This record gives sequence, C-alpha cells and structure tokens, in this order.
Amino acid sequence: MDIRHSIASELPRLRRYARALSAGNTSHADDLVQQALERALNKAHLFQPGTNLRAWLFTILHNVTVSEHRKRAARPYEVSDESAPESAYATSPDAHDKLELRDMARALEHLPQEQRQTVLLVSLEGLSYKEVSEVMAVPIGTVMSRLARGRDQLRILMERGVEKNTPRSTLRPTLWRVK
Amino acid sequence: MNTKTDPELEAMLHAFVDGELDPQDEQAVREHLALNADAAQRADAYRRQGEDLHDLYDDVFTEPLSADMRAALNAPLATNPTRPRIFTAPMWRMAAAILLFTVGGLSGWWGHVLTSAETPVALANAAPHVVPYVTRAIGAHVVYASEVRHPVEVGADQEQHLVTWLSKRLGHDVHVPKLDEAGFELVGGRLLPDDAKPAAQFMYENHAGQRVTLYVSLDTKRTETAFRVVEQQGTSAIYWIEGDLGYALAGNLEREDMLKIARLVYDALTV
Repeated sequence: MDIRHSIASELPRLRRYARALSAGNTSHADDLVQQALERALNKAHLFQPGTNLRAWLFTILHNVTVSEHRKRAARPYEVSDESAPESAYATSPDAHDKLELRDMARALEHLPQEQRQTVLLVSLEGLSYKEVSEVMAVPIGTVMSRLARGRDQLRILMERGVEKNTPRSTLRPTLWRVK
Repeated sequence: MNTKTDPELEAMLHAFVDGELDPQDEQAVREHLALNADAAQRADAYRRQGEDLHDLYDDVFTEPLSADMRAALNAPLATNPTRPRIFTAPMWRMAAAILLFTVGGLSGWWGHVLTSAETPVALANAAPHVVPYVTRAIGAHVVYASEVRHPVEVGADQEQHLVTWLSKRLGHDVHVPKLDEAGFELVGGRLLPDDAKPAAQFMYENHAGQRVTLYVSLDTKRTETAFRVVEQQGTSAIYWIEGDLGYALAGNLEREDMLKIARLVYDALTV
C-alpha cells in the first residue's frame, strides 16, 4: 500500500494535536501540520515498514513544533491578519495565581510547552509513555514527571477558575514538585 | 488519614489512569484509591481532563483536509535513490491520471490534454533535459489554470498577505510582478509542493479569460540561465534561473505573447 494513504489517515490526529497545542489557532496549527507532512513525505522512503507510523509522524510534528516554538520564543509573536492566540507562548510561573480560567483551553495555555505537549500526547492522543518518550526524545521518567506536573497544574487551574469560592485549604496540599 | 504526595505513588496514579500498569499494580492502586479520597479525586480529575480535551478538539476529525495537505499528498514521493524509480511510478501515474480526468471533466477547453495518456512523470522521463521544476510548473498550470471555483488560495485582494506568506514559506523574498502592460491582472497565488520544497504559483488573467501562471521554485541546483522554452501537453513554459530562484511562466498563448510576458516578469523582478 502507498505510504501516502497511511500518512493521510493519520493526518486528523496530527491536526487535532496541533490544534490543541496552538490553543485552537487553526491556521497556525495547520501550518505546523503542513510542515510536518511535507517533511514526512520527503523522508517517506526512510520510514521502516512495520514500525510505528503514528509515533514516527508525531516525532516529525514534534520536531517542527519545537523549532517553531524556538523561533517564536525569540521574538514577540507575529500577529498576521489571522487570529493569533493570546498568549500561547507566554507562560509566567505565577500567572495562575491571578487568572480566572474558564475552561480547559485557557488552562492549557498556561502550562509550559513541554508539559502541555506531554499532557496532550497522553490524554488526547492516547500515546503510551514509551511512544511519548520516543516522540519527545526524553526518558520515560521525564515523560512521567512532565505529565504529573502538567496534569496537576491543569487541575489546580481548573478548580481555581471554576470554583472560586472553594476554601483554599482544600485546594492546596496536592501540588507536588520534583526536581 | 494522611495525603500521600510521594512522587512514586503519584506517578502510579497517572500510570493507573493511563492504563500503563500491569494487573497487579493496578489492583494495588485501586485498593489505595478506595482508602484515599484525595487521591481518588485527583485520578477522576485527570481522567476528566482527557474527556474535556476530546470534547474540545475531536471536531477536527470532521474537517476535510486543507488544499495544501491534499496537494502535498498528491505530489510524487521523494524516492529512495537506491530504488529504481519504476517501483513508485505507477501509483503516481494513476493519481495523476485521475487528477487530470477530474480537471478535464470540469473544463472542455482542456479536452486536448486528455488525449495524451502522458503524465508528469512520463513527461519527465521522456524529456530528461527539462529542469524538473519546470515540469511541475506546467503540471500546476494545467491543474489550476482550468480551475473555476478555486484557482488560487489567496486572492489578489490580499496581495500583501500573499507576498508575506509565500516569502515566509519559501524563506526567500518573493515579488509579484505587474503584467498590466500585457493586459494581464493578478488573480492571486498559492503554495505548492515542489519535490518536497515549497514553491509559489501566481496566476494572472486577461480580459479574454486566458490565464498564465508564474511558478517560483527553490529547486535549482544550476547556475543562471537565459530564457528557455519547453512545450508539454499543449502548454508552453518559458523558464529561467535567477539567483536562488527558478521561474517558469506557463500558459497557452502564442510564443511571442509568452515571451513578451516573460520579459515583463524578468524586468520587474530584476530591477
């Protein structure tokens, strides 16, 4: 079978992941996927049949997002005529203290990029820890700690935003940090 | 009851939510959760996050692929240099034939194109001296110049955006020459795959509805050339290489008219 058919059938997943990663900015997300698709097609003859195509494609997409993120982090986000995410690339460590988060999409924006990627690859895309460790080229232990921190932050952000009147004491003790 | 925040236990909790534990550990976590309401609540919260994410983003699955994605998928694959091209050609030939038939069905004017069974691949093989991007430029002209509803991705009304976008994607400043002098106005442009590199196509139209396209390619390993003319499938292209970029002006006009436009383009781009 033509590998392009297999790649095409994985595209919706790549787009979904990119969409979530770009805080719903469709044009930016599709731009990332397009770059990944072009790279994948260009390197299709290097793909080993019988190995994990999905993980291979996510690895390529991950590398595209990392290099784009690096480019964008170096300078202020360029606002084109299309809508740009408000702060998809700006995360300040104490931002969540002041924020009233309405929903998951906004909470996600306040995670550091690596945690956001990890949470999305696991919780949205259903990749195994091993696959994520391959995609992100980090040890499984790193995947697990990023996942735990990301999810716990999300949980706290959601609770603070949604249930503002909940007594603080019930929110506090569960945040843990590894380092 | 004490709240365990021990990282190992916490990691187990996530692994439990994600189905990463073997049955024995899974049972152990289940027992722990039965006794520890805090941990059970966190596990629920993590599970709900996944559900929320699906609610937010699963709609993407119902969206059709973008034109760019379809174009990239329809382009011939870069082939493994150690493998003879013939093994990959039939699929592309079939796809190209289907594409040509679709286009032909929409526009009788292109009927004569269909009388040739040749595809871009076959043409490239038949005329190996033609610079590869020129064959792709002609293919892109054949496909898009006959397009009635979506000839371009970005219209001339957003010319500045078009130029900025394509310059960014090509990683090279791209200019759109004015062809008013030849009676042609810009329709717009699109991004195209050019053997896995990005290429730009600008389309122009005159009052008679005739169209010419200017293809701008990065796929040049050659030094600068003078104007060269090729003709494939009834479409002619005038091409030249200037600096890092290869240009191909494709159309179905008389040779003299094509040359006149090519000179206009050349002059506009090299000022």
